[in-house]
Amino acid sequence: MRPPFSAHVLRCNDDSTNLQVGTPREDTMNSPLIRVHDLWKIYALGDVEVEALRGVTLDIQAGQLVAIMGASGSGKSTFMNILGCLDRPTRGTYQLHGTDISGLTADERATLRNREVGFVFQSFNLIARTSAVENVELPLYYGDTPLAEQRPRALAALAAVGLAGREHHLPNQLSGGQQQRVAIARALVTQPSLLLADEPTGNLDSETSREIMQLVRRLNREQHLTVVLVTHEVDISAWADRVITFRDGRVVSDVQQEMRHGDAQSRRGPEAAPA
Amino acid sequence: MKLLRMTLRAALRALRRNKMRSALTMLGIIIGVGAVIAMVSIGQGADAAVQQQIRSLGTDLLMVVPGATTASGARSGWGGVSTLTTADAAAIKRDCPAVAEVTYFRRQVAQVVYGDQNWSTVVQGATPSYFKVREWPVTDGQVYGPRDEETANRVAVLGRTVADQLFGPGQDPVGTIIRIKNVPFRVIGVLEPKGQTMWGQDQDDAVLMPYSTAERRVLGAELLGTVDMIHVTATDRDRLDEAGQQITALLRERHRIQHDQTDDFTVRSLNDMAEASKSASQVMTNLLLSVASISLLVGGIGIMNILLVSVTERTREIGIRMAVGAKSRHILFQFLVEAMTLSMVGGLAGAILGVISAGLISHLAAWPTLVSPAAVAGAFLFSGAVGVFFGFYPARQASRLDPITALRYE
Repeated sequence: MRPPFSAHVLRCNDDSTNLQVGTPREDTMNSPLIRVHDLWKIYALGDVEVEALRGVTLDIQAGQLVAIMGASGSGKSTFMNILGCLDRPTRGTYQLHGTDISGLTADERATLRNREVGFVFQSFNLIARTSAVENVELPLYYGDTPLAEQRPRALAALAAVGLAGREHHLPNQLSGGQQQRVAIARALVTQPSLLLADEPTGNLDSETSREIMQLVRRLNREQHLTVVLVTHEVDISAWADRVITFRDGRVVSDVQQEMRHGDAQSRRGPEAAPA
Repeated sequence: MKLLRMTLRAALRALRRNKMRSALTMLGIIIGVGAVIAMVSIGQGADAAVQQQIRSLGTDLLMVVPGATTASGARSGWGGVSTLTTADAAAIKRDCPAVAEVTYFRRQVAQVVYGDQNWSTVVQGATPSYFKVREWPVTDGQVYGPRDEETANRVAVLGRTVADQLFGPGQDPVGTIIRIKNVPFRVIGVLEPKGQTMWGQDQDDAVLMPYSTAERRVLGAELLGTVDMIHVTATDRDRLDEAGQQITALLRERHRIQHDQTDDFTVRSLNDMAEASKSASQVMTNLLLSVASISLLVGGIGIMNILLVSVTERTREIGIRMAVGAKSRHILFQFLVEAMTLSMVGGLAGAILGVISAGLISHLAAWPTLVSPAAVAGAFLFSGAVGVFFGFYPARQASRLDPITALRYE
C-alpha cells in the first residue's frame, strides 16, 4: 500500500500529504496521533518506589514538531520510552493511532515500533562494523518488506538524508553528523508516523546540530512527519512548534511557538550546507 | 526462508567481526569431532583386523573339543580330558548330513632336529583333510594324502616358522630328513605362513604329519584312538548351526549322555568367537568414543561461554535491534544460528581433521584404521546438536533482555 520512502522525501511539500492515500497519517489529521491520559510510571528501586511519571495528560497532533525539555530525572526519558512503545505505563492510557499500547504484548509492541516509530539517539546507536546501508536495512529486515526491495529502499533513504555515495562506509568511517543521518535514515526507512529523537544533537557541534535540525525540520514539513525530540538546549527547542517542559514527572509548561528558524532557512536543506 | 537467509548472513557477519575468537571457539569442536572420528576409525580398524585374523583360522569352521567349557562341578576346560575318539570323527563324517569335511588331530610339544639345529615345536598329527578344512596350502613341495595316512608314512609338512628355524636361507627343506623324538621324517612340504591366532599363538610354529604316523611313532601308546580336537566344515556356510546341532545330537548319543547330564564335549564355531571379539572391540570403540565425546562436550561449553560474552558485549546492539522492531524470537534465532554456525563449521573442519589424522595414524603408527562415512556424518550432525544445545541458553538470555536497559548498556 505504501509508496516507497524516497517518493515522499523527494516530493515537494505541498502535494506530499495529499498523496498519502490510505495511510494512518491521513486518518489522524483530525484526531491526535498521540493521546496520553493520566500516565503514571512507578519503578521499584529496591524498597523505594520512584514515581517517574505522575499523571501526564497531553495530545500531540500529527505533523507537529514537539520538543520536550526538562532536567535529568524529570521523567522525560521515561515518557519517551513509553511513547516509543519500549515501555508500558504503570497506570493511565497511551493511544497511538487510537490503539491503546498498554494492552499489547511485547511482540505486538515490537511490530508497532517497527511500523510506526523511528528512533534517533544521542549516541547514534549504529551497529558497529556494519555498513551504513546494512544499518538502514535493519528495520526492513524485521518487518515484512520483501528481500528484493530492502536494498533499494535503504539506498533511497540514505540518499534522502544526503548520504548518497557513502552507503558502504562503516560507522567509524563517518563523522558524527553523518552517523546521525544514517540513524535518521534507519528511523524513517519504514515510513513511521512518529520520529522520536532523544537529544539527537547532544554529541554534535553547533554547526552539525543545525544541519541535523534542518533535516529533521524538512522531513517534518515535507512528509507531515510527527517528531518528538528531547533536548536540553534552548537552541534546539527553538526549531519546534511546541515546547513541553517536564519537572518531577509532571508537565509544567506546554507552549506553542512560532518557528524562530524560518522555513526559508530550512528549505535550503542539508544538501546545500557543507557536509 | 528469507528469515533464515538473513539470519545466516547476520550470523556470519557477526562471526567474521571476531575472526580470531570465532576460530578459537571452533577449535574445541574441531578437536572434539576430529577426535571422535579418529577414535571410531581406530576402533573399527582394529575390529576389522581381528576379524581378518579370525578368518585366517579358516572360515565357517566348527571346532569340537573334549570336555565342557561351561559346566558346574570339577570339570576341566577344553581339551582337558580325552573323550573324543577317531571313531567319533568318523561317525560325524558319516551321519551328519550338514557336514562336509572332517579332520581331527593330536598335538604334542617335541624337539625337532635337523643337522646341528634343533627347535622345540608343536608336533601335530592330523588327517590329510586338515589342509583343506583350514584352507592352508603349501608354498613348497606338497601335503600328505590319504595313502600316507593309511600306511603311517614318516612324512612331515613344516610350518613356516619351523622351516626358518631349522634351515638357513637358501636351504631347501623339501626332501631333507629331520628327526622328531629320534624318529626320522622326510620333509615333503612347507606351509604358507598364516600368522598368529587372536590369542597370540604362532600358527606357523608347527610340524604336521599324518595322524596315524603321529599316534604310532611319536605320541606314544597312551590315549590311543583319542583326539585333541575335531574340525568340521559345513556343506554350506548357512548350515553351520545345523551341522553343530547334528554333531551335538550324535555325540550325546554316542557318549550315552542322559538328558540331565551336561555334554562331555563342546562344539564351538569361529563365528561365535568372531562375535565375541566383535563385542570386545565394540567395548573398546565405545570407550574411545565416550572419551572423544567429552572433548566435544567441552567444545560446546566453549561455544556457550563465548556466546554469553558476546551477548553481554552486544547488549546495545540487541537493544537497537529490538528498538527497530526485532521480536524476542528474532534475537533468539540469531544467536542460535550463530551457535550452530560455529559448531557446524567447526564440525566440518573437525571431520576433515579426523579423516586426515586417521590416515596419519595408520601411516605412522601402522595401526589399522577404517573411516566410516556414518561416523563422519554422525559426528558432524552431533556437533550441530551441540551448537543448538549450548547456544540455547545464551540466545535465550539475549532474547529476554529489556530493550530500554539494553539500549542504555555501556
